[in-house]
Amino acid sequence: MIKVRNVSKRYGRHQALDNISFEVRKGDILGFLGPNGAGKSTTMNIITGYISCDSGDVLIDGNNILEEPKEAKSKIGYLPEIPPLYNEMTVRNYLEFMFRLKKVRLPKDEHISKICGDLSLTDVSERIIGHLSKGYKQRVGLAQAMLGDPPVLILDEPSVGLDPAQIIEMRNLIRQLGENHTVILSSHVLPEIQAVCDKIVMINNGKIAASGNIDQIMGTGRDTTVIRLIIEGREQGIQSALKGIDGIIRVSSLGETERGCYEFRIESKKDVRRAVSRAIAKTDYAVMLMQPAGHSLEDIYLEIISGKQN
Amino acid sequence: MYAIFRRELASYFTSPVGYVVTAAFMVFNGIFFYVQCLFTGTSSMTTVFQSMFFIMLFLIPLITMRLFAEDKHNRTDQALLTSPVGVASIVCAKFLSALVLLLICLLSYVVDGLILSFVGSPDWGIIIGNMAAIALMGSSFIAIGLLISSLTESVVIAAVLSFAANVLISMLDTIASTIPWDWMKSIVSSLSFQSRYNSFALGIVSFSDIVFFLSITVLFLFLTDRMIDRRRWA
Repeated sequence: MIKVRNVSKRYGRHQALDNISFEVRKGDILGFLGPNGAGKSTTMNIITGYISCDSGDVLIDGNNILEEPKEAKSKIGYLPEIPPLYNEMTVRNYLEFMFRLKKVRLPKDEHISKICGDLSLTDVSERIIGHLSKGYKQRVGLAQAMLGDPPVLILDEPSVGLDPAQIIEMRNLIRQLGENHTVILSSHVLPEIQAVCDKIVMINNGKIAASGNIDQIMGTGRDTTVIRLIIEGREQGIQSALKGIDGIIRVSSLGETERGCYEFRIESKKDVRRAVSRAIAKTDYAVMLMQPAGHSLEDIYLEIISGKQN
Repeated sequence: MYAIFRRELASYFTSPVGYVVTAAFMVFNGIFFYVQCLFTGTSSMTTVFQSMFFIMLFLIPLITMRLFAEDKHNRTDQALLTSPVGVASIVCAKFLSALVLLLICLLSYVVDGLILSFVGSPDWGIIIGNMAAIALMGSSFIAIGLLISSLTESVVIAAVLSFAANVLISMLDTIASTIPWDWMKSIVSSLSFQSRYNSFALGIVSFSDIVFFLSITVLFLFLTDRMIDRRRWA
């Protein structure tokens, strides 16, 4: 649906994007991660045709954004980092303006009312945008992107300025949109990406630092596995029983969780769950819980961004 | 294109700008009309039209200042440039909205003419010809203001620079008179808006003057279009 091929962009001496390529298939929700200034917004601006790239090309459903801009742009709904709102207009007038600007061919009043309903904007539809709170403005921006039901939605930090309840609402909405739209979503909020996206592209210093399915990234980010373990018994004794197992790199004790039970975090080179349960079975201790813990997206993000991985 | 035109025109009247500009135009027109026609007892509006040249210098920057600068400042240009509309259509829509505001201002001459028709016999040919002349020259000033507005994010800077450009244009005759080389003198004075406009005000409609103002308008609209497109490539 979206193909980004060898895109580079330079601002004066600063290389903002350096040979970026990725692809988003129909129906995917792609999370776009990276620190400030990494090139996330630049990439989104290039995909939507707001700015051009120095080399490479962007195809939206087969239409090149620079060569066939009208066809390509009519397939995209874009919510930029700062929603493009005319503060002196009412929500309704603004959406009607954007509806005409995008040359949408759906029944106008019905379509706008439906979007307002979906985003809980009906109550404020006659109010002036400039008087609305940030959360409402953000939703008006999203409403604008959804006009005409474009197959591709590009959302630059959609949950900025929303309260926790609205963030959950927004997540559900994006997940819902992902069922029949192709979505690219950038965010600093890692749990949000984890909760919503199928795939991730991590970008750092204008280059792609990692990309793939979330599970892949979480798995391939490290060559070790982590399990969480709760064992009933004496702390010292458990420690020494675990130490003899082949493949374990580190055992860290997290203290007593319930009476007589201790929690451990075990980092190992291979899957040691069988060996652990056998070793404990030989003693008179009991395994209360054993769970593959994995690394959090935060760990991997920080590791990749700080350049430890490559 | 129609959507942008309609929004821009409406936004002149949801902000004070549209009212202030039309009111100022009408106030000055009223003063000139009273002093130079009613008070002196003549039905010739030539001097009224000639005086309005300077009012245009001030008012047109107010019409054009926000057209692109404000969009850039509020980032609404992202909505325009990522919608399936070409840059040329955006430029034309904004130009036309400013031109229509100017045409609304020009309606005050119809009122002048009606008043004169009670007390004398105005020459409607000259009045309508002059309104067309103001519209033509106004188009050129608007196109110049539009280009300047596309160069900056600040509405105030756009207004000040357009005003400076207009004043410079109004001084072209004076500048020409100080140039010692004849060939250069004739080039500079041929660019003068004022001498062409004054001949309109006297009732002389010359084809070359019409072509001149139309060319300037098209040239600056084209430059604006290139300017906006170029920024995307920068």
